[in-house]
Amino acid sequence: MPIKIAVLAKQVIDPEMPMAAFRVDSESKKVDTPATIPPVVNGFDENAVEAALQIKDSQEATVTVISSGTEFALDVMKKPLSMGADELVLLQDQAFGNTIDSFVTAQLLAAAVRKLDGFDLVICGRQASDWDNAQVPLGVAEILGFSCISLGKKVEVKDGKVVVERITSDGYEVVEAPLPAVVTVSNELGQPRYPTLRGIMAATRKLPTIWTAADLDVETDQLQPRLSLLDLFVPERIQQCEIIEGEDAADAGRQLALKLREAKLI
Amino acid sequence: MADESGVLVLGDVAAGDLSLTSLELLAAGRGLADSLGQELAIGVFGATLDQPSSQAISHGADKVYAVTHPLLADYQVDVQLVAMEALVKEANPSIVLVARTNQGRELAPRLAFRLGVGLAQDCLEVSVDASSGKLLANRPVYGGNAVAVVSCNYSPQVAAIRPKAYEPLEADASRQGQVVSFPVEIDASQVRCQVVETVKEEAEGIKLEDARVVVSGGRGLGGPEPFSALEDLAKQLGGAVGASRAAVDSGWVPSSYQVGLTGKTITPDLYITVAISGASQHMAGCSGAKVIVAINKDSEANILREARYAVVGDWEQVIPAFAEAVRELVQE
Ligand SMILES: Cc1cc2nc3c(=O)[nH]c(=O)nc-3n(C[C@H](O)[C@H](O)[C@H](O)COP(=O)(O)OP(=O)(O)OC[C@H]3O[C@@H](n4cnc5c(N)ncnc54)[C@H](O)[C@@H]3O)c2cc1C
Ligand SMILES: Nc1ncnc2c1ncn2[C@@H]1O[C@H](COP(=O)(O)O)[C@@H](O)[C@H]1O
Repeated sequence: MPIKIAVLAKQVIDPEMPMAAFRVDSESKKVDTPATIPPVVNGFDENAVEAALQIKDSQEATVTVISSGTEFALDVMKKPLSMGADELVLLQDQAFGNTIDSFVTAQLLAAAVRKLDGFDLVICGRQASDWDNAQVPLGVAEILGFSCISLGKKVEVKDGKVVVERITSDGYEVVEAPLPAVVTVSNELGQPRYPTLRGIMAATRKLPTIWTAADLDVETDQLQPRLSLLDLFVPERIQQCEIIEGEDAADAGRQLALKLREAKLI
Repeated sequence: MADESGVLVLGDVAAGDLSLTSLELLAAGRGLADSLGQELAIGVFGATLDQPSSQAISHGADKVYAVTHPLLADYQVDVQLVAMEALVKEANPSIVLVARTNQGRELAPRLAFRLGVGLAQDCLEVSVDASSGKLLANRPVYGGNAVAVVSCNYSPQVAAIRPKAYEPLEADASRQGQVVSFPVEIDASQVRCQVVETVKEEAEGIKLEDARVVVSGGRGLGGPEPFSALEDLAKQLGGAVGASRAAVDSGWVPSSYQVGLTGKTITPDLYITVAISGASQHMAGCSGAKVIVAINKDSEANILREARYAVVGDWEQVIPAFAEAVRELVQE
């Protein structure tokens, strides 16, 4: 039996966009993105695709990418397909707002995983770079009753178990858990592979499966947001920077040391 | 559940003592409990809990739930969750606080989902809204580019607090509090994740999180070699070396060096950045530093908006002269 893998991937505002372009509309409590900056697949989710494809490189496996949102840039969301994933499922409904509430998002994604049935492994990013919640995958694991390992930098499937190198504050640990399991991965997993020309061609031909709220079996109570967003603002920075000058760069370095001494910092 | 009351901190024990982040949570929780006029309780988990229990009381707790079980002696996420959920149901608090440590990163969301409630993640500040009596949580979002103020629609209201966002209260041995033991029923069959090996990759010497001086290097260093100059400099200053994610991703230093949103949160007195641009995700881990110094060749780099002092120049010229002058000054 091939290993059946789901990757949960979110479309986000490009986190590498110039900071000067970052604006918040306090009225709607939303981030205004200039139309010239296209969205991207959340970076850690590309790591998740890579982790799934590495498993597929070494054993028989299928990789289904699932994403939930209100609107999708299809060419962006097809990137995992062009990297080598098999299928794309989009949960698309105005009700699936891009909010701060991880609870509802996890319910929707868990319902899709359940509906597609039979997954051994669900691989996710450690966090989405918009709301930085780092919650949805752990929620999906709880809802589905799957084992859960977070912050992986290497993921393998062996003898019916998932084996993960999990990042800790002073190194890493090797953790094993029985399948089915949810695993989150971090950038330490390494650079995701680039789409190949063949992959891009194959991806253009593939059509995503699209489901709306009506296609998913979620109790109404589970669709009630657990959090309210009261305010969203850009914090003010008030630091006044003193530029230390010198005859040349080396001298400025010496002056810096004297300055720090004067300020009793060294 | 109805009639929830009080604040419950979920603490943890490190090498026999209540952990520093638990003390920070008690400081945050004390403020909330006082605003509400309610009790501050803490749950501590482990095999022997006398020492951490008395530390909790001297640092602000009114009540300590000592949750004992041999299976809790060493941290294991699955049984820890069972114990925490049982305690929250018993204590029936209106607010639960968890530290967003490496363990808290997995415990807090899973606990909130088990309880069917929301989690205010990675908060820098928590307070009580005077009119509604509800928890207000300020949390950075979009990599620290924005701050969201959130409240919880369900009870208990759960918040994970970023390490170092609060300072522990001064210990006061005269403080009174009650210690109750709360036995939990857990068994080994609930263990799913097994740690089979632990690998340490940390630098020797002072820990990055504890250092009063930190010197960090970024992509502009161009390779791993310059980090040895930073190590020397840090040694002179009695500090530790950190790095940006770009330096970690390039493989120049292990990920335990990373400062930032997805790395370590540090609050040194002096933070010297070398060839780091100061992206919001980096600043998220070091904005609590008292004084930031930037050495960067680009006068437009964002780090210059965050730094107190800066040298605009090539590190290859600045660092040797700076290090030399530091050596002379420190040895004087
Ligand atoms: C979700 C998410 C989480 C992230 N988490 C983190 C995190 O935890 N920590 C983190 O650090 N980043 C994090 N990042 C990445 C972050 O956005 C930046 O990409 C990263 O911090 C950039 O690292 P850098 O400053 O070293 O590199 P760059 O941005 O490339 O900056 C290099 C700097 O070096 C200067 N320079 C170059 N040559 C020289 C020279 N010879 N002399 C002097 N100066 C020179 C340049 O002027 C430039 O300012 C995260 C990103 C995302 C999307
Ligand atoms: N709307 C979504 N669609 C698909 N996957 C998601 C979505 N939101 C979150 N995820 C997954 O959960 C991870 C953590 O997201 P978050 O909890 O929102 O920070 C992401 O890296 C994705 O793998």
